[in-house]
Amino acid sequence: MKSTILNTASSYLLPILLLFSIFILLRGHYHPGGGFVGGLIASIAFVLHSFTHGTDDTLKLLRIHPGVLIPVGLGLAVLSMFAPVLIGDPVMTGLWFDEPFPVIGLIGSALFFDIGVYIVVVGVVLTILFTISQYSE
Amino acid sequence: MIDNTLIFPVIVHLFTAIVQLFFWRKTVAQRIVSITGSLIAMLLATRLFTAVWNDGIRTMQAAGWDAPFGITFVADVFSSTMVLLTSFSGLAVSIYSATGVARGRMLYGYFPIFHFLLMGLNGAFLSGDIFNLYVWFEVIIIASFVLMTLGGRKAQIEGAVKYMAMNILASTFFLTGIGILYGITGTLNMADLSLKIAALENRKLVDLTASFFIIGFGIKSAVFPLYFWLPSSYHTPPSAVAAVFGGLLTKVGIYALFRVFTLIFIPDDFLATLLVILAIFTILTGTFGAVIKNNIRRVFSYLIVCHIGFMLGGLGMYSEIALTGALLYLFHDIMVKTNIFLIAGLIRKLRGTMNMDKLGGLYAEYPLLSLVMALVLFSLVGVPPLSGFWPKIYLFEAGFMDGQYALVAAIIVGSFATLYVIAKLWAKVFWKDQPDAPDGETPADEFKPLNPFRKSLLVVPIVFLAAITLYIGLAAENVAAVAKHIAHEMKDISPYIEAVLGPNVSP
Repeated sequence: MKSTILNTASSYLLPILLLFSIFILLRGHYHPGGGFVGGLIASIAFVLHSFTHGTDDTLKLLRIHPGVLIPVGLGLAVLSMFAPVLIGDPVMTGLWFDEPFPVIGLIGSALFFDIGVYIVVVGVVLTILFTISQYSE
Repeated sequence: MIDNTLIFPVIVHLFTAIVQLFFWRKTVAQRIVSITGSLIAMLLATRLFTAVWNDGIRTMQAAGWDAPFGITFVADVFSSTMVLLTSFSGLAVSIYSATGVARGRMLYGYFPIFHFLLMGLNGAFLSGDIFNLYVWFEVIIIASFVLMTLGGRKAQIEGAVKYMAMNILASTFFLTGIGILYGITGTLNMADLSLKIAALENRKLVDLTASFFIIGFGIKSAVFPLYFWLPSSYHTPPSAVAAVFGGLLTKVGIYALFRVFTLIFIPDDFLATLLVILAIFTILTGTFGAVIKNNIRRVFSYLIVCHIGFMLGGLGMYSEIALTGALLYLFHDIMVKTNIFLIAGLIRKLRGTMNMDKLGGLYAEYPLLSLVMALVLFSLVGVPPLSGFWPKIYLFEAGFMDGQYALVAAIIVGSFATLYVIAKLWAKVFWKDQPDAPDGETPADEFKPLNPFRKSLLVVPIVFLAAITLYIGLAAENVAAVAKHIAHEMKDISPYIEAVLGPNVSP
């Protein structure tokens, strides 16, 4: 798409949107937000980039094919779900560190589940959209 | 008894699927991972079954939220037997798939989806929460849609549209039923529902809600009158997929019917009569369909419908003997139905067609293989002492004790029709000479050129399942003991409720 405004804006929007998506991801435990919405926002950042620079450039920027993210995210989510079983609790029990971390706050296994969801959503959305755009080109 | 490891048969398939996603497009690695995963699943399922059989019902409260508020997983003898049988079928199909499924399908994720399907099946069997059961059903149907359409041939898409439409309708009924159930009781935990429904004054409302579940599960397990999607869709996917569908997917509907109608809605006169009438019509329609069809897999599809009626009739009679018979039939049916679709696939590999008129002479060419197939086919018919024979004795006994002569007659008609169909199939496919191909072509044999290892991958699962069928037939007293135990637990549900809600709940 040839538009100078969109071109310039998208280069600035990419990092801002990615940062915002991580903010939404971390906010999600007690407030609206979470891995799914965060993942959608992150994929919007890349989709916007691909609108202006073309899908091939975005794939270069990503370095890996987004399809690879799906099993990685799924694996992370399932491991965080399964981890409590190893210490004798039922699956999906929340495990928490005792001390809060600076800036982020308390960290528990739910965060890793959400990060897993985030990665899966980015992977799925980008795989679908890039496949469609590469077919239509 | 709390046991946090009872969920392992579900988790292992999830892990297997994820590991396979890492090996996307590397089909050899996927095959190895699939067989390994299925083997581990079988070991875990065996362990679960022996633990439950020896020490009684096991429960797990997901994330530690106590029943009736959290999601409960329960492994009683019924659940763990179903998980065990699923793992047998799963292992056989995953070995068979290694050569029986085209590489093109594997490239597009056949194996991961197959394991997601098995995960959904195990989850549905172990769930102790009615909404969670619905969620597992959704996992199953989403995975089965993908398996059914993978490959994208026109016939497949046509079958898949019917399959999908009817299953979405079924899910809607199921979900509506759950909604009403939650509205009148305020709980979703099955043990808790059992207590609250029993205490409800308005029995008409209970019957109405129950009919939503009959329709929902009835469509899923192909019960008359909404069975027609099954014969028109099960012959389209590859045989390995049809084997899981025929062996397990309709049976998960039957499992849910048994679970819901022995735990939550205890059949009163209205429900029992309704179930028996549905069973009679299901048997008859399945019978008529099977007699007139000529394609092997279509015949088998109608036989599935016919035999679903046997189990439904057992549930409708709702006596301990009838339930024993129905359960015994269920165990036998899962093994045999999985196997006959694998056999249909193997015949297709041998001859390149599944039309009975164009087949013939298999016995002369492959005598040993034909004998194994004969064992399975005659088990399906119920030739004594093979596995299909024993459940019918229980069903007849229960039918005569209850005075359900119409149902007994229907079962006899169904059995004779099965005998006729299988005899026809045996004569046409195995004994008759191979008919000459009309345009002088020799029939395509995809089996001969395979190397011995790949040949064994096709034959071993059939022999494996045939051995289990033989065990069910020859050691029927062991299997019947399991079925009797389950039937007893179905009539006396207080151990289940105590295991979930604790000992202090008055039934």
